[in-house]
Amino acid sequence: MYKYDQYDQQMVDNRVEEFRDQVKRRLSGQITEDQFKPLRLMNGLYLQLHAYMLRVAIPYGTLDSRQMRMLAHIARKYDRDYGHFTTRQNLQFNWIKLEDTPDILAELATVEMHAIQTSGNCIRNISSDQYAGAAADEVADPRVWAELLRQWSTFHPEFSYLPRKFKIAVIASGEDRAAMRLHDIGIQLVERDGVLGGKIFVGGGMGRTPMIAHEIRDFVTADDLLSYVEACLRVYNRYGRRDNIYKARIKILLHEIGADAYREQVEQEFAHVKALGIDPPKAEFDRIAAMFAPPAFEADAPTELDRSDPDFALWLDQNVKPHKQAGYAIVNISLKPTGGIPGDATSAQIDLMADLAERYSFDELRITHAQNVVLPHVRSADLHAIWQRLDEAGLAPANLDLISDIIACPGLDYCSLANARSIPLAQKITERYSDPAKQRDIGELKLKISGCINACGHHHAGHIGILGVDKKGTENYQLLLGGSGAEDVSLGKITGPGFDEDGVVDAIERVTDKYLVVREDGERFIDTYRRVGMAPFKEAIYG
Amino acid sequence: MKLLTGNDLPTGDVIWWTGSGWSRHIEDAGDVADRGEAIGRAEESVQHVTGPYVIDAKITADGPRPAHIKDRIRALGPTVRPDLTLKPADPEAGSWVI
Ligand code: HEM
Ligand code: SF4
Repeated sequence: MYKYDQYDQQMVDNRVEEFRDQVKRRLSGQITEDQFKPLRLMNGLYLQLHAYMLRVAIPYGTLDSRQMRMLAHIARKYDRDYGHFTTRQNLQFNWIKLEDTPDILAELATVEMHAIQTSGNCIRNISSDQYAGAAADEVADPRVWAELLRQWSTFHPEFSYLPRKFKIAVIASGEDRAAMRLHDIGIQLVERDGVLGGKIFVGGGMGRTPMIAHEIRDFVTADDLLSYVEACLRVYNRYGRRDNIYKARIKILLHEIGADAYREQVEQEFAHVKALGIDPPKAEFDRIAAMFAPPAFEADAPTELDRSDPDFALWLDQNVKPHKQAGYAIVNISLKPTGGIPGDATSAQIDLMADLAERYSFDELRITHAQNVVLPHVRSADLHAIWQRLDEAGLAPANLDLISDIIACPGLDYCSLANARSIPLAQKITERYSDPAKQRDIGELKLKISGCINACGHHHAGHIGILGVDKKGTENYQLLLGGSGAEDVSLGKITGPGFDEDGVVDAIERVTDKYLVVREDGERFIDTYRRVGMAPFKEAIYG
Repeated sequence: MKLLTGNDLPTGDVIWWTGSGWSRHIEDAGDVADRGEAIGRAEESVQHVTGPYVIDAKITADGPRPAHIKDRIRALGPTVRPDLTLKPADPEAGSWVI
């Protein structure tokens, strides 16, 4: 895990004091809300439906137990005893007081955390694979490059006022667990003839105009990666539409000029940038890489497991993934109990996850874009003990990637931009499918809900997606089928007219019932949909 | 009727204009008729409120009820956490919103 050096710490501490002064001036009336708003947003503080909301950055979703405990502490002391884990691997507090915010940021800074670049038209928190450093199928630890990009992008003067916010994801496996191609820039590290490099994808994103990123370079050596990304950003910064917020994202630039024209510009720029020598010297790169060195695994950790407890065995099969090191496993903690709020965890649960990470997972935790938490390096021999502790705390639903493992944005219960509520739908769907056997029969099914077109809940990328819209002042829900955020990336299509809250839950049940009838052996829902198309489902839904 | 609402500056709490000041409870809200925007601007300049805006509402037996669901949720609190609303003891509070 990356540790701050003295410069990092000084920058964050300075920012806290600067913001303390800004808040003081706002509260005393020296500056107006119009003057203050951009300043608070630069520190992750939004004004939402009920209160101020603070978005805390968790770079590439990695944190240690000390940091996790700090999040619990803040939830307890300054908020209402819970936090919300988001699809960008961050954490949001929903009930923050402006007057407390400088103290909160100061407390976060004591554990190397902040809320910088969680808002605004800058390069946002870099996301990555939650299994980084643990997955058997990766060619390198993608967080080394994510961290390099983080250092390069933080306070980058040229890219602090881009036409629009900018999101970068880095992965290093063929399996895409980070929705890489739905980012402004997606980087997949690959190895070619023994050389490490990256495939570069540009121009993905959801929101009002969903698009899948284009492959812009099929290989750039790892040594040139930063220069190449800088070139990608420069071209966007030069030509991105600043005149129209709906056309300002890089995906629109690529759509308008075409991927080939964009690529040409980037290649020209890359030639200039390369000469500037911004890629890190080897010593600095090695310093960063060393912080992500694998933990001290036991070479001969026992591999056998006692599966005699059937509930434990179910959880093992659903939520525990193979680790690159024999005798170890990756534990996925589902924050999706039946009837629960996806991504919410109480202070006590956050503390418990911190304790388990400290004791059993080399002090590391990860946040996933599916709003779950991961213990990345767990000895197989400890799985049963961990499961028992999780189960007692309501943290052991055995539903990873099943229909109840729903991604949902906060929707109209918290968000001031929303058209409809998202969370009650997630609750009703999990209740409708509360039978675990039925869920497992249906198998992998990614259901994603957004409360408006901004698509924070990734509805475009759901095998089943739901989009809340406003229909003459009442909540209405559009159903989409066929999206995927994984390596088989695709965008969902709307089935037809929308539904009310209960109507959409019924419609989903008709979809899964139909699937169970028409699927062939070994097919997931998305495979069946791709084979048979929309028509049979449409008929099942609308008759 | 028209109500004036916004958020309290230091705490962020949702607040309602009563006619002479601000309350956290919509029950205390008073009709601002066509004076809402002027009051909002004045209050903003003396630091009481951020983002003031005027909404449509009607009077019911339970007091003023905003026309739009968004403002009913603001008046109550999140419908998915009754314990965090202004009516934590009322399990039916959520139905007030819809
Ligand atoms: C409650 C405060 C929030 C506000 C005001 C907000 C606002 C927005 C807006 C305006 C966009 C669209 C930007 C664009 O793509 O052009 C957006 C996108 C997005 N938001 Fe949020 N959001 C909020 C909360 C969340 C939460 C809680 C999550 C995670 C659960 C989230 C995850 C995302 C993601 C992943 C996108 C990107 C969609 C894409 O790829 O284009 N946001 N948000
Ligand atoms: S999708 Fe819309 S409703 Fe949901 S969090 Fe994003 S902005 Fe709010």
